[in-house]
This record gives sequence, structure tokens and C-alpha cells, in this order.
Amino acid sequence: MSAPLLSIQALTKAYPGVVANDSVSFDIEQGQVHALLGENGAGKSTVVKMIYGLVKPDSGSMTWQGAPFAPTDPNAARSAGVGMVFQHFSLFDALNVAENVALGMENPPPMRDLAARIKEVSENYGLPLDPARTVGDLSAGERQRVEIIRCLLQDPKLLIMDEPTSVLTPQEVQILFKTLRQLKAEGTSILYISHKLEEIRSLCDHASILRLGKNVGECIPAQTSARNMAELMVGDTLQTPTRTANLDGEVLLNVRNLSAKSASAFGTSLKDISFSVKSGEILGLGGVAGNGQDELLAALSGELRTSPDTVQIKGNPVGHLGPKNRRGIGTLAAPEERLGHAAAPNMSLIENALLTGEVRQNLSKKGFVNWKGAQDFAQDIIKAFDVRTPGPDRAARALSGGNLQKFVIGREVLQEPDVLVVNQPTWGVDAAAAAAIRQSLLDLAAKGTALVVISQDLDELMEISDRFGALNEGRLSEIRPAAGLTIEEIGLMMGGVSAQEAAE
Amino acid sequence: MIRLEKRAEPSQLWSLLTPVVAVITTMIAGGLLFAALGKNPFVAIRTIFYDPLFGEFAFYYRPQLLVKGGPLILIAIGLSLGFRAGIWNIGAEGQYIIGALCGAGAGLALYPMESVLIFPLMILCGLLGGMLWAMIPAILKLKFGTNEILVSLMLVYVAEQLLASMSLGLLKNPEGFGFPGSRNLQDYPSAHNAELIAGTGMHWGVLTAFIAVIFAYVLLKKHMLGFNIRLTGEAPRAARFGGVNPNRLILFCMGASGALAGLAGLFEVAGPAGQVSIDFNVGYGFTAIIVAFLGRLHPVGILLAGLLMALTYIGGDIAQSSLSLPSAAIQVFQGMLLFFLLAFDVLTNFRIRLAVKGAA
Repeated sequence: MSAPLLSIQALTKAYPGVVANDSVSFDIEQGQVHALLGENGAGKSTVVKMIYGLVKPDSGSMTWQGAPFAPTDPNAARSAGVGMVFQHFSLFDALNVAENVALGMENPPPMRDLAARIKEVSENYGLPLDPARTVGDLSAGERQRVEIIRCLLQDPKLLIMDEPTSVLTPQEVQILFKTLRQLKAEGTSILYISHKLEEIRSLCDHASILRLGKNVGECIPAQTSARNMAELMVGDTLQTPTRTANLDGEVLLNVRNLSAKSASAFGTSLKDISFSVKSGEILGLGGVAGNGQDELLAALSGELRTSPDTVQIKGNPVGHLGPKNRRGIGTLAAPEERLGHAAAPNMSLIENALLTGEVRQNLSKKGFVNWKGAQDFAQDIIKAFDVRTPGPDRAARALSGGNLQKFVIGREVLQEPDVLVVNQPTWGVDAAAAAAIRQSLLDLAAKGTALVVISQDLDELMEISDRFGALNEGRLSEIRPAAGLTIEEIGLMMGGVSAQEAAE
Repeated sequence: MIRLEKRAEPSQLWSLLTPVVAVITTMIAGGLLFAALGKNPFVAIRTIFYDPLFGEFAFYYRPQLLVKGGPLILIAIGLSLGFRAGIWNIGAEGQYIIGALCGAGAGLALYPMESVLIFPLMILCGLLGGMLWAMIPAILKLKFGTNEILVSLMLVYVAEQLLASMSLGLLKNPEGFGFPGSRNLQDYPSAHNAELIAGTGMHWGVLTAFIAVIFAYVLLKKHMLGFNIRLTGEAPRAARFGGVNPNRLILFCMGASGALAGLAGLFEVAGPAGQVSIDFNVGYGFTAIIVAFLGRLHPVGILLAGLLMALTYIGGDIAQSSLSLPSAAIQVFQGMLLFFLLAFDVLTNFRIRLAVKGAA
């Protein structure tokens, strides 16, 4: 085999208080799809930032096609042939596709030529895209295509993709994979960053696994089980959730023809949503982000009020009640955004325990706060959910994402709700913590709570849901038993018919 | 290259230290300013900070500390509640004027009747006047989404016009030989907000200010409403999720700050000022904004900051007369205090790093 395209030797990068990368080494061969696998905070982003010239390594070296490689900025990296598609898109909504692509170029050709090039490249790679369309009107998947085409126009030798599938429906993922395979066949190398193991197994030739900034293993994904890879990532044996479903309970949450306008101008309004959840049942709701998940949670938590009968808890109309009253009758919620929504970043864990614990934990008396009680409650959460923190008086923002998530979920679970609604319960949480959170949700269901779990992680939903539905543009699909659903069926539920047409 | 790095948690130490460092830095920078004006900086600083308390005429100046500090503290306490919740009442000066007009008006309407009920009635009217004036921006914000900063600020100028009109018209002293201004309430025993202990400067308004400090402290530390106020300021979305009704909070914070500003106006007009006149207001309502921030929006901090601010007022007056420092220099000096406070405030949430050149 010839010399590798990019060889990384002992790259080390330390930030104040944390070593992001500790002597990381791996090689990327020509035409190879190389996976970089690791939990959040394992140091994947730092590695690619160094390759892309955004961060300078403290020590170690890189070799590009046999020559030393030390890009000082992204321009240098790009001219060497590195292209990168970021997880968060940097596109201007008000401009059209061609204009957005031109913005990323140093010497953009005339707009007409550029539009023709975009059309040509997008058709070549099976990523249909109209250069004249305004980016603001595009779906997440189409926006990603803009970013990819922006890179492809530079004929990169190495394409870096950071968590590319987190915003896509299964059908869109298939289209993307087809493109990536075609690129690989043409000799382009791809560095693929993800923590979705099944994707890596189906796409990647080789994987480097990072844990806590160190390179802990290499494997050939197709020959390694997802479980083994996960254990390499976590460095621990995984606990698979266990459960026994009991589906003869009474209906605790009943939503009837719920329509509500989003509070935000960029939100998605809810359109005629109806479903019910029984005691002991977990209803999983999938869907691509931004299809009404936040609004549905708000309507169930009481942040968004509707007419009384649209939301019924244990037969009582509660649509007009605010969050405090709903907590009083046993309905709790945990929103997706930890900092600023589920918790106040600058306030202590004690104060954040009081935030939703006031009513059910009796933390106030005649309006006066029972701080001792709030502290005990915070301690209980920290203990029961293994929240790693020096103490409950720490500010919420000082906790890592996973720890704060455990706190936020634990805070609601420990209050023994009758109905619990969670949005993205394990988003950005390492695998061990995610397993613990899922298990706690299953335990809660076993005790008779009716749960609504909104998530974009389909594996998670399939693992814990009894029934499954999907949100699309504020509408809820038909709800079906989760057991036996195929990924194709789920994709259709998530995207509706239009997604299928796009796929074909 | 200097770089700011966000701290994982706000520094407790710096949050207490910034006001002290700001005062010291203000002394240094102010000293340089006075030196540039050809005055001895040490004498000037001593005149401002030391003479009012311990100088030859301190017996006269010390009571002034309470007289000037009282209204500042009272108004700043009210403002701090709203500021904590992210509700910006900038128009305390207007609420102060309206409180004074309503309270004095109630007293003057009953002149020359004597009754122990008159002063309490005036207090009530002053409180309601300030509160209602603050309700205007609050209700406009709720109904039409207007910006309370602009509306409350503009209402200050409306209030000033009303004050001028009142002191030239409705409330003008009929026995005042045509001079603008109302009867002097100091000469009307039932309405006079006299010193509670002669020679201390301690009047009902100062007492109310101290009570307000305690009340605000308990509210913020121990009560759900205080928790909700802080929560709304820190994370409005989390507050809504927690079940805080933002509209009610706006009404409460605007109402409370208006009421306290109105009270301050009433106590001033019935006491130290004595009469409603065209230029009765001297800017306490604006200075109280500085006091609120200088005191870190904390009740005890505001108490200290109010006294400190009063000190610079009194000391500034002395420096003007005895050292013939221009009044603009004194105002710059007071402005520096807020400037340095806000500048050093950065250190509470950030630490300074000296970055190596070239690093990203």
C-alpha cells in the first residue's frame, strides 16, 4: 500500500484544566472512510480542528502525502485539500444556495458559472440542489448538501464530516451514504466523526476510538460488533436496559386535537395532535429536530396554554393550567435545552432543585422557601443519579452536560410523577450515563408512570418505547406498536410521503 | 495579548471585591484628574471622603449623610428588584416627582386642618402616585410590547413638566407673593416629615429605607417571589418552565419600584425640601440606578453604596466650595465610580489570561 494521505503522530493539545488530546496517532489512507469514534468530550473535535488549522497542537506532528503538514489556518488546510462539513451549518438564511457557496470562496467565479458548477456537482453526486433557492426555505438535509457541495467544489482529497447524520431522516442518511461511497470510489478520503455505531459499521473501513483524549483502539467496524465498539468507547461494560411492559393500565394522559401556535417566530405550530398514554406505558416520539418537539413539550408542561379539553390528565382538563398547577396534579416535564430552560445556568443545584421541586416536594410554606428541604432534595438527586459535582451549592453551568442532564432528569424522576414528558433525555450524554437515564425512565414506567419520550435518537426510542409515533411539521403520525417496526417504516413516519418521493 | 476566559462559576471573592477595588481605583483616577486641574489630589480626596465624616464641620455634614442617602437607598432597593428580574425601570425620577406631587397635594388640600391621620394619608398617596406612574410603562409593555426603558424614561420628562405646572398653578402658595412653589410643609405640623431624633438627619424616609433594605433582603433570600425574581433575571425560559408568570412579575417589579420611588419623593418634599418647587427634584432617581449597581443589586450592598454615594455628594459640595473644584469634575468623579465598577465586574465571571502571541 502507498503512503497514507494523512498521518497523525502523537498530537497533544491541552486546554487550561483539561488535556483534550493526549498523544493521538492514526493514519488515513487514500480513498478510505476513516471513523473517529468517541463519546462527547473524548476529544474528537479537537483532533479535526487541528487537521483543519483551527487549533495549533502543543506537540506532535502531521504528515500530508509524505510532507510535513502544519496548517496555520483553515485557508492553508483547504488549499492543501482538506474540506470540512461542520455539525452546525454556517449558512445565511436570506441568501440563495449559490450566493452562500460563493461566500466561502476566495475568488468566486461569476454567479452564472458557479450556479452551473453547483448543478453539475450536485447531480454527479446524487445530491439534487437548486442553486437559486433561498437557504432559509431548505430542510436540514438540503442545507447539509449546500455545505457538502461547498467542499466538493474545491476537489478535496480529505473530507471531514462532523456528526453529519444527526439532523437527517433515515432516507436522507441513505442518500448521504450513497454520495460518500461514490466519493470514496473516486479516491477521496473521508474522516467520519460520529458516535452512532451502526452507521459506522455500514460505512467506514477503519475506526480510531478516542476516550478521554487518548487513542484507545483501532478496529475494522464491519468485523466488530457495535457492543464491542461501545465498550471501547466507554471503557466499561454497558448496561442494557431491561423492562417488562405492562399495557393494561388506565389512560393517564390524553391529548385531543391539540393545535397551538408556536411562541417563537421560527418555531413550528402544533396541528391537530391526538394521542393517549396509559399508566406504565412509554410513548416514543421521533422526528427530525424542529418539527414541533419543543412546542409539544411546552404544551404538555404548561408553558404553552391551550383550551382546557385538549390536554387531559387522569380525565381532568388541564390545557389552561400553568406548569405549577400541572405539577400539582402529577405531570412533570424535562425540556431538551439544559442550560437556560431546564436549569438556570448561574444558579446553584439547590436553587435548580427548587425550580421544579417546589410544589411536589413541599419546598415552600406560605411563600417562604424551605432551603433545607431544597438542599436535601438536591442531595438526593445527586446521590440517586450519580451526578458528579463537588456539592449541591455549585452553579449548574459548572457541571458537564451529561452530569447536568442526569440532574435534570433525576429531579423529575425522583418526584414520582404520574405523567412524565422528556425531550431528548440523553442528548449529548455519554453512553454510560445515557444507559442509566434510560433505565430510570423504564423503572418509572414499571411503577406505573405514563411517559412521553421525545427524541431524535431512533435507537434509543426503539429500545425503550412501547409505541412509536413521529412528528413532522407539527403533525403527529399514526401511532404504532414499536416492536417490529422497520427502519423504512420509521423513516416514512418521520418524513411523511414527501420524504419518500424525495428519496426515490 | 490579553484574553478573557469565562470562569466555570462566578467568583464569590471578586463579586465582593469589585466595589472596593472600584472605589480605590476611582480615588486614584480621580486624584489624577484633580491634579491635572491644579489641585492637590490628596487634599481633594480627603475633602471628599474624610472631611464630611471626621472634619471640623462633621457635626453638620453627618446628618446630611442620612438625608441624602435615605432616598437613594429607598429608590435603589425598589429598582434592584426589577433589575434582578431583567425589568428595567429607568424612570424612578419621574415616579419620585409624581409621588411627591400626590403626597404633598393630599397634605396641601387639607391645609390648615390638623390631624395625626394627615401624614399617613400623604404617605399612602405618595406611594400610590409613584406606583401608578410606574404602571404606565408596565401596562404598555404587557399590552403592546413597548420597551419599558424608553417609556419610563420619557415619562420622567412628562413628570417634570407636570411638576413645573403644579408649582406654578394648582399647588402654588396663595400667600407666596406670586413666587412659584407651594406652601412650605415644614410649617404645617401635621404634614411635616420632621427629624425623628433631632440633629441626626433621621426622618421617616430614612427609617423606611432601612425597613425596605430588610424587607428586600428577606424577600430575595427566603421568599418564593424573590427566588422567582432572580430566576427570571438569570434564565427567563427556565422561569417560565418553573411556572413563573412573567406578566405578574413585571407588574410587581414596576409597581414596587414605583411605589418606593414615590415614597422617597413624598418624604423629601414633606421633609428636607419642604415645598413643591419647579426644581424640587435633584436627580435622586437617576443616581439611584448607580447606587443599585454599585451595591451589586444586593440589599446590604445598596445600603452601603447609598451611604457612599451620599458621601461623595456631600464631599463633592465641600470640595466645590473650599477647593473651588468645578462641579463637572465632581460629576466626572462620581461617573468614574460606576465606570470602574462595571469594568471590574467583568472579573466576577471572567479571568484574565495573558495569551501567547499567535495562539488561537
